[in-house]
Amino acid sequence: MQTTTGFKLMAAAAAVAAGLAAGTAHAADTKTIRLGFAAPLTGPQSHYGEDMKNGLELALEQANAQNIQLDGKTAKFELVSKDDQADPRTAVQVAQQIVDEGVDGVLGHFNSGTTIPASRVYNDAGLPQIAMATSPEYTQQGYDTTFRMMTSDTQQGSADGEFIVKELGARKIALIDDRTAYGQGLADQVAAAVKANGGEIIAREYTTDKANDFTAILTNIKDKQPDAIFFGGLDAQSGPMRRQMVRLGIKAPLVSGEMTRSDTFLKLAGDEANGTYASLAGVPLKQMAAGEKFEQAYKERFKKDPGVYAPYAYDGAWNMITAMKEAGSAKPEKYLPKLASLQRSGATSNNIAYDKNGDLKEISVTIYEVKDGKWQMVKTMVSNAK
Amino acid sequence: MDILLQQLINGVTVGSVYALVALGYTMVYGIIGLINFAHGDVVMVGAMIATTLVVSLVGGGVASMPAWLAVIVALLLAIPACMALGWVAERYAYRPLRRAPRLAALITAIGVSIIIQNLAMMIWGRNYLSFPHIIQPQIFELGGARISLLQIIIILAATAIMAGLLLVVHRTRLGTAMRATAQNREVAGLMGVNINTVISAAFLIGSALAAVAGVMVTTYYGVAQYTMGFMLGLKAFTAAVLGGIGNLGGAMLGGLLLGIIESLGAGYIGDLTNGVFGSNYQDVFSFIVLILVLVFRPSGLLGERVGDRA
Repeated sequence: MQTTTGFKLMAAAAAVAAGLAAGTAHAADTKTIRLGFAAPLTGPQSHYGEDMKNGLELALEQANAQNIQLDGKTAKFELVSKDDQADPRTAVQVAQQIVDEGVDGVLGHFNSGTTIPASRVYNDAGLPQIAMATSPEYTQQGYDTTFRMMTSDTQQGSADGEFIVKELGARKIALIDDRTAYGQGLADQVAAAVKANGGEIIAREYTTDKANDFTAILTNIKDKQPDAIFFGGLDAQSGPMRRQMVRLGIKAPLVSGEMTRSDTFLKLAGDEANGTYASLAGVPLKQMAAGEKFEQAYKERFKKDPGVYAPYAYDGAWNMITAMKEAGSAKPEKYLPKLASLQRSGATSNNIAYDKNGDLKEISVTIYEVKDGKWQMVKTMVSNAK
Repeated sequence: MDILLQQLINGVTVGSVYALVALGYTMVYGIIGLINFAHGDVVMVGAMIATTLVVSLVGGGVASMPAWLAVIVALLLAIPACMALGWVAERYAYRPLRRAPRLAALITAIGVSIIIQNLAMMIWGRNYLSFPHIIQPQIFELGGARISLLQIIIILAATAIMAGLLLVVHRTRLGTAMRATAQNREVAGLMGVNINTVISAAFLIGSALAAVAGVMVTTYYGVAQYTMGFMLGLKAFTAAVLGGIGNLGGAMLGGLLLGIIESLGAGYIGDLTNGVFGSNYQDVFSFIVLILVLVFRPSGLLGERVGDRA
């Protein structure tokens, strides 16, 4: 009896307070949680940046609809979006701007080359950072604030290398990379895995992430008669590269990383795309209950199919939001431990958890092949973080 | 041997495109002493327009038509569009600054380049446009090397256009007026040459060549994007300097040489140095050649030594 009266009184008081609050300022109940984001939004790689941003925005919009309570207030998530132009120097400046704007966490950057120098700025400010970068160095700098949205190249490279030697039966492999932190890192890991599986690297050639003529290096490679060619780099390069391979009469298949497994590649390589292999973290979206849901929500919101990175960005954003929810706070020092010990099921994996470095613990890598102008699954390989 | 031949074919194809673009740089520089950094972006606009047109013409959009016809229609529309762009840039950005210090005009050119790029980004978006695969890659074997029909067309078309340009410059009234203006603008004006018309003509011709180069690049590589003009412009500018900026023959020679140097450089450095230098030194190699040429011939391979004009 006593308790009920107390409860009623409290409810009445709350109603009055709410009425007053509504009269003065409704915003007093909500708190804007600003999350930093940076990626190439202009320049040759801006299509990747846009894809990543859409994935993040979808997650934040869904979170806003859930009225999550943080620090006793309803959280309204907002993305502080910056363009790092895929340039390491710009990335550091942009990182400083993001820190100066007083964000509570960072979802970015996109490239390995930009993420690594920027991570120092965020670490100095004590801000947890979840990035798309796949270069192994990113999480090995001894910072407790660095986390990944995707595989590390160690994971993907070892799966690719094993696939090339064991499944494709290739012995002599030629490597090309675009001299970015990503392309070079991935090619190095593939080289190590190829050798570990008994293959031989017969050529190592280089290009840039702005080139579109590869005939010179391909002619050189052709002379050495490789069984397979691996390319570490972007779809804007691998598309024309594939066409030039066919035109030069190279019969060896092209194998590449997740940046190639895109619709842009299919468009750019056209009929010659067939017979290209590319790896991608996770299992196909369609095979996961949450993946299908994500795809539907994405199509409804943006009126197009999600790109390669959108689902990982989406999961990355939800990882941060979930950690905040568990901590009941958006203060970095409070939710950081929760992020490190996170265990959840998302759109790209049923088992999202971080190891002590901030790499995803368990990751499956799926190899796809272009058949009839479409990416089709070939084989899923599970790889554990080391 | 077949490798060398293949590398030469690769190099000459790229070099022909460089040469066409380099001509635009060199004509404008020869006449008004301006390095038109927006020239590469005019190439990009040509490529984008052509790609969009071909996609809608062949993709069953407007009316499906044969591939070669679609490319020609695209070319015929891209050329006037680029000429208009070049004319507008000259009339409204460079002409008001004609008597200003050279640095002001140079910086304006960089500004025009940024404006064109961003306009293109707003119109066509950030994604890569893909040129439809309408021309079947017919390939001919030539002494162990492979050359596609498209490469032959590019090389022949570029040669024909360059020959035509030389004829215009050396055999017509307009050409004579251009050469006179290049020698001394004031005196040419006193002799009754309409300077404004001549300068506009240089921009119009340069932009038309850029449009052709743009269509070649997008047909050959199958890619077009709003940032593609930057690298291409830089390479073509290098070619123009290599050959002697201001000299038409120099631009052609410089373009071809740069294409071949790049191709041979990337193909042979690794093997010649036993892997110490790889194809990652490809651009370094091109620029070393450029520096060497400039050390011994400061005005480029075919450039004339000209004293500073008063």
